[in-house]
Amino acid sequence: MLPLVYAIHDLSSGYPAFVHGQSVAQHDLTNIGQNLAQGLANGAIWALVAIGYTLVYGIIELINFAHGDVFMIGSFVAAWFWSSIGLGLATGPVGLVLGLLLTMIVSMVVCGSLNTLIERVAYRPLRNAPKLAPLITAVGFSFILQNVGLLWLGGNQAGVDDLVRQDKTVFQISGVVIQRGYVLAIGITIPLVMAVTRFIARTRMGRAMRATAQDPEAARLMGINVNTTISATFMLGGLLAGVAGLIYALYNTTIWYFQGFQAGLIAFTAAVMGGIGNVRGAVLGGFIIGIIQSISDARFGPQWTPVVVFGYLIMIMVLRPRGLLGEETREAG
Amino acid sequence: MEQLIQQLREWRYSWIQGWRTFESRLPPWWTRALAGALIAFGILFPFLFSQGSGFLNATITALAYSVMALGLNVVVGFAGLLDLGYVAFYAIGAYCAGWFGSEFFFNRHIHILSSPVAGKLIGIHLNFVFILVIAVILTAFFGAIIGLPTLRLRGDYIAIVTLAFGEIIDRIAINGQSIHLGGGTTLTGGSIGISALDPIYIPGIGTFDQLHLRPWYWVIFAILMLVLFVNVRMRDSRLGRAWVALREDEVAAVSMGIPLVKTKLMAYAIGAAFGGMSGVFLATFQTVVSSDRFNFSFSIFILSMVIVGGLGSVWGVLLGALLLSYINQYLIPDVLNSIPSSLGLSFSLTDIGLGIYGFLLVLVMVLRPQGLIPERRRKLELAKGIGVGETELGMAAGEGTEA
Repeated sequence: MLPLVYAIHDLSSGYPAFVHGQSVAQHDLTNIGQNLAQGLANGAIWALVAIGYTLVYGIIELINFAHGDVFMIGSFVAAWFWSSIGLGLATGPVGLVLGLLLTMIVSMVVCGSLNTLIERVAYRPLRNAPKLAPLITAVGFSFILQNVGLLWLGGNQAGVDDLVRQDKTVFQISGVVIQRGYVLAIGITIPLVMAVTRFIARTRMGRAMRATAQDPEAARLMGINVNTTISATFMLGGLLAGVAGLIYALYNTTIWYFQGFQAGLIAFTAAVMGGIGNVRGAVLGGFIIGIIQSISDARFGPQWTPVVVFGYLIMIMVLRPRGLLGEETREAG
Repeated sequence: MEQLIQQLREWRYSWIQGWRTFESRLPPWWTRALAGALIAFGILFPFLFSQGSGFLNATITALAYSVMALGLNVVVGFAGLLDLGYVAFYAIGAYCAGWFGSEFFFNRHIHILSSPVAGKLIGIHLNFVFILVIAVILTAFFGAIIGLPTLRLRGDYIAIVTLAFGEIIDRIAINGQSIHLGGGTTLTGGSIGISALDPIYIPGIGTFDQLHLRPWYWVIFAILMLVLFVNVRMRDSRLGRAWVALREDEVAAVSMGIPLVKTKLMAYAIGAAFGGMSGVFLATFQTVVSSDRFNFSFSIFILSMVIVGGLGSVWGVLLGALLLSYINQYLIPDVLNSIPSSLGLSFSLTDIGLGIYGFLLVLVMVLRPQGLIPERRRKLELAKGIGVGETELGMAAGEGTEA
């Protein structure tokens, strides 16, 4: 007679608390440089997921609750794929790099297709429906994907091989230890974000996306295929979620079916904080939240971090309702 | 998929035609007669089941969820303020029941109309009715508090602030064990919870217990009737019309002289109070307040009831709430669970319960995007496509269009 929602709740009480490598003493702000570095690395993952939220919100004004779970599937696919092509702790550096590149492509393609498929099945039929209807189909798909993850790897956190030895020191700057995980997360995210902003600013499809986000009706009259453009937006968001999923698995070395829900909440917060609909804002928001999290983990302890993050979010919303880099959107004028 | 939807739409259309001709032959008082019959059925309903029946248990919880859904409907449906942190009010209500009806504050000794058993215990023991009143006041206050920062915001930004508020309350509930109130007491019991809440006690009649579920049913049924009455009366009141006006066009409504701050805060406060009432009842019924259930998923669970039922439509929301609660608590775990094994499959249905629930949400919304019983006003808008840009976008995209 256990109600299902309670079953969901029992498993969801923990938030990701990144306390890797350096032992983080509580109530400690002495090592703020370390907190910053770690926060930037965590923020890079949130940034990639947040772009997916912000793009989709910008174009169809939907909070895509399934996006976090697409990211989770990305982690699962990546971990499954790299072990099935034989990557392990014994693999040499060249094989590792090539194998992980291949894994990244597979994970991107799977997540991109999944996101596009969800849009086709669950959101497109509801395009002329009341505004909140697609929100519920998004929640429905989120549940379906979580169930897939639950059947795939079970209800507990599953450890994966620490392929890149993420906590190995790369170099040190005045006492701040830069670990491989940080370099990996930031080193992949920055070029990707630059590519995405360029794609949106320069290409034909990017222009179509911006036009559709601004005014779908006018865009259609100008000969833009609105449906294709929206599909492409979901594809782009899914590709980034796939990359984020891979980085998360490599950096965190544990994956579980509920990671997407938590990451989704944080990434969405990041997107809103930066000004929803704005890609640069989402990235900025991701980094800021990552830093706030790691400082708060050190200062107040991980159990209070969500309070700090969400308190900060409320403050931003009160003082600057459009978000940090927000533009005037159709609704929040 | 598209053809299937088209087919179903045609069936629905013919059903509606049939119903209209049938309805026109009924006497004009049939709605009142139906309402009376339904209430009588509701009161006699528990006699159909044994005192300890699992279905009755599921029904009691379903009614409590319906109260919350109706409360959320005031905020989201009437006033159009998307609230993703409604669980906060459930939490505050539940903790009221824990604080004022158990041994949790063991260094205080306050007994007001408490049951003979509870009267001998340490801690604060108030009668259920007093706890209900306290919870209503407290949640309404917190509802207005969360309303304040959202006054300047519009649309989905309100959703974010309420979501953040819900998460903060959830975290405080989880970490409450480390918030000391002096004298060795803490704010909440954390995940261990506050347990052995006093059961409902009615002076002169007796104390409720878990083996006899009918009295619990009648209490929550009475609360539900009250909430339904308030909902229906409020919808057509001056305040209700002000909410709808704000929902439809804030600028126009304000320039017509609707007090923005007061109207919005009233929506938050009233919606929150319903959540608090239901929270007190649920916690008392479950005899424990543990922090692991005040989660974002719960807000979404209640919100899906409102949207599946039909935003702003009182009867739709009630139907949606009952339907989703039964699916979640009875159909999937109790009824359908044995099907795979009887087909010779080796998995249990609870493993894919979450997926089934998600699939049903998608299915219902795709087939009936306006909700099961849409609000009359919205139905008109959707049928005629008054002034919504999105309608045209959908039509241009060549998707199925309404009517």
